[in-house]
Amino acid sequence: MWEYTEKVKEHFLNPRNVGEVENPDGIAEVGSIACGDALKLSFKLDENKRIKDIKFKTFGCASAIATSSALTEMVKGMTLEEAMKVTNQDIAAYLGGLPQEKMHCSVMGKQAMEKAIENYKGGPPTEPAAQIICECFGVTEREIEQAVRENNLSTVEEVTNYTKAGGGCGGCHDAIRQIIERVRAETAPAARPKLSNIQKIKMIEEIIDREIRPSLKKDGGDIELVDVIGNRVLVATRGTCATCKAADITLKHFVELKLRDFVSPELVIEEVTP
Amino acid sequence: MKTIYLDNNATTQVAEEVLDAMLPYFRDLYGNPSSMHTFGGQVGRKIREAREQAAALIGAGPEEIIFTSCGTESDNAAIRSALAAHPDRRHVLTSRVEHPAVKSLCDHLSRQGYRITELPVDKDGILDMTQYERALTPDTAVVSLMWANNETGVLFPVEKAAELAKERGILFHTDAVQAVGKIPINMKATSIDMLSISGHKLHAPKGIGIFYVRKGTRFSPFLIGGHQENGRRGGTENTPSIIGLGKACELAARNMDAENRMVLRLRDKLEAEILTRIPNSRVNGTRLYRLPNTTNISFEFVEGEAILLLMDDYGICASSGSACTSGSLQPSHVLRAMGVPFTMAHGSIRFSFSIYNTEDEVDFVIEKLPPIIERLRSMSPYWNAGDQVCSVQ
Ligand code: FES
Repeated sequence: MWEYTEKVKEHFLNPRNVGEVENPDGIAEVGSIACGDALKLSFKLDENKRIKDIKFKTFGCASAIATSSALTEMVKGMTLEEAMKVTNQDIAAYLGGLPQEKMHCSVMGKQAMEKAIENYKGGPPTEPAAQIICECFGVTEREIEQAVRENNLSTVEEVTNYTKAGGGCGGCHDAIRQIIERVRAETAPAARPKLSNIQKIKMIEEIIDREIRPSLKKDGGDIELVDVIGNRVLVATRGTCATCKAADITLKHFVELKLRDFVSPELVIEEVTP
Repeated sequence: MKTIYLDNNATTQVAEEVLDAMLPYFRDLYGNPSSMHTFGGQVGRKIREAREQAAALIGAGPEEIIFTSCGTESDNAAIRSALAAHPDRRHVLTSRVEHPAVKSLCDHLSRQGYRITELPVDKDGILDMTQYERALTPDTAVVSLMWANNETGVLFPVEKAAELAKERGILFHTDAVQAVGKIPINMKATSIDMLSISGHKLHAPKGIGIFYVRKGTRFSPFLIGGHQENGRRGGTENTPSIIGLGKACELAARNMDAENRMVLRLRDKLEAEILTRIPNSRVNGTRLYRLPNTTNISFEFVEGEAILLLMDDYGICASSGSACTSGSLQPSHVLRAMGVPFTMAHGSIRFSFSIYNTEDEVDFVIEKLPPIIERLRSMSPYWNAGDQVCSVQ
C-alpha cells in the first residue's frame, strides 16, 4: 500500500469542494478514463476578480482525489495571476508530500488549473508545439518540458512519475530522454555560474558545515575537507563513519549528492586516510 | 477494528494446527535432519512424513515432491530445468495472464534469445485450445500454463493441455499455486510433468513451497549444493515450515469438500448481492470454470485504489487490478489480456475467501460497499446517475 501522509488521507476521506460550479467563469477537463485518472475543474470569480468558488470532480485514486481537493482549497480567494503561479510542488507540499510515483496527480491538478484559466481567458492559446510524445498516455512535449523544468527531473522514470509519459509500452523513452537533455542544457548554465577555485572551496566547506556534518554527527561520525583538486573533493571521515563498512556507499552517495546539488554537478568525492 | 480478510489469494492465515505442529521445531527440536545423531534424525523423520502428506494431497509419490522456498522458486526451477533438459529447443509456450513468477522469467528468457509465445485469452479469460495446439512446435522445450488465475480464479484446462504436449514430447509445467487445496488434483491421472505449489496460499507459512517433478522427468537442479531433497535442491531444509506445510496439506485434503461448499456459498452470496445492489458492476472472467473462492468484480467509472482505501477504513481487505495498485500505470495485465474496457478495468476489485470467513463478514461488506461506490461515483466526472446501463452484460 502507498505511504500517504495524514493530510492526503484526510483530504481523500473528506474531500472539499466536490461538484460543479453553476454558471462557471472557467472550466477544464484533463486526463482520461483510459489513463486511469481525470479531473474536471470549474470556478467562478467575484467582483474583484478573485476565485470565489471552485469545484472539482475526479476519477482516480486516493491521491488524485486528495490533490484535487487540496488545489481547490489553496486557490480559493486568489487572483488568477496568483492561481497560475501555484506549482505542482506547492500542491504536493500542501499535502505534506506525495509518494514519487503519485506526483503525476499533482501535475494533473496544476494542468487543470492552467487550462481552466485559459478557458476563462477565451479558449486555449494556439499551441504550435503541442506534439504528443507519449502515445500511451497522450502526453505532449510541452507538458513533459514543463514537468522537467519545474521539478528539476533528470531521468525517464522521474518523468513517468510526474506525467505518466513512458509508463506504458516504453516506445517514447528515447524522445523523453532527449527532452530532458534539452531542457537541462538550457537551465544548467544559467543556474550555475562558473566558480573560481576559492569560491568553490568556500562553498564546499559551507555546505559540509551546514548540510552534511550535522546528520553525520547524529550517527556519531564526522567529516573533514582535506583538499579540492579541480573537481575532486578529498575528504577524511572520523568516528563511526571511518570504521563503518557502509561508509563508502553512504559517503559517496550522500555527500556527493549534497555537494553536487548545492555546489557543482561535476564534483567527485574521494576518501583519503588522514 | 475487526479485520475482514477477503484477500486469501494474496496470502492466508496460518492454521492453528499448522502453527502448533511447527513450534517444537523452532525451540526444542532444532536438529539438522542431515545429522547422524538421533536428535537430528527425528527431524528427518518428520520431514519424510510432511513429504508424504504433501504427496497425498495431489496424488503424487513422495519422491516427486521437492520442497522449495516459494512458488516463484518452483516456477523458475521448472522452466529452467526444462530448458536445460532440451538445450536444442528454444521455444517456450505460455499465456498472457500468467503470474509474474512465470511472466517476468519469460520476458527475461526472451532477452536471452528464447522464443516466447504468450497465448491470448478471450474476454472471459478462456484459452483457445486450437490455438494452443497450433503453437506446440518441435522447437518447444516447455509449456507453462497456470492452473487457476490468481486475479479472476478462472481455470485453464491444464490436464487436457498437458496431454497434447505429451503426445508431442514436450514438457508441461503448471503454476498451481492458486489451485492446490481448492480443487481436487490427482497427478497420477494427468500428464503434467511439473507443478508449483506455494505454502502460504493454503494456510502454511510464507517462505515455503513445493516443486512437483514427475518421476522419470529429465531434471537439472536450480539450487546446487548439498544432498538435500535427493540432490535436487541444495540448502538446509526449512524444517519448521516443511512440517507446517505437511500439516496444511493434510488439513486441505481432509477438509477440501466442506471448505469448498462453504466458501462457494459465501462467494456466490457476495457476488449476487453486489451485482444487484450496485448498478454498472460486472464479474470479470467466466463464472463457469472458476475457483470457488474467488470473484473479481468491476465497478464502472470509479478507481480501484480509492475503493480499497475506503473499504480499508472499515477493516475490509481485498485487492484491485487497477493501475494505481498494480505498481505500474496500466491496469493489471490479466484484465488487459481479457480486453476489459478501461471504464471497468480501473475499478476492479478481487475478493478471495477462505475457511475462516463468515457469513457476518459477507453481510458487512454487502452493507458497506454500495455507499462507497456511490460516494466515489458522485465525485467522478464520468458518472451520471441518470444514464445507468443494465448491470448484467
Ligand atoms: S508511447 Fe509512451 S509509454 Fe507508450
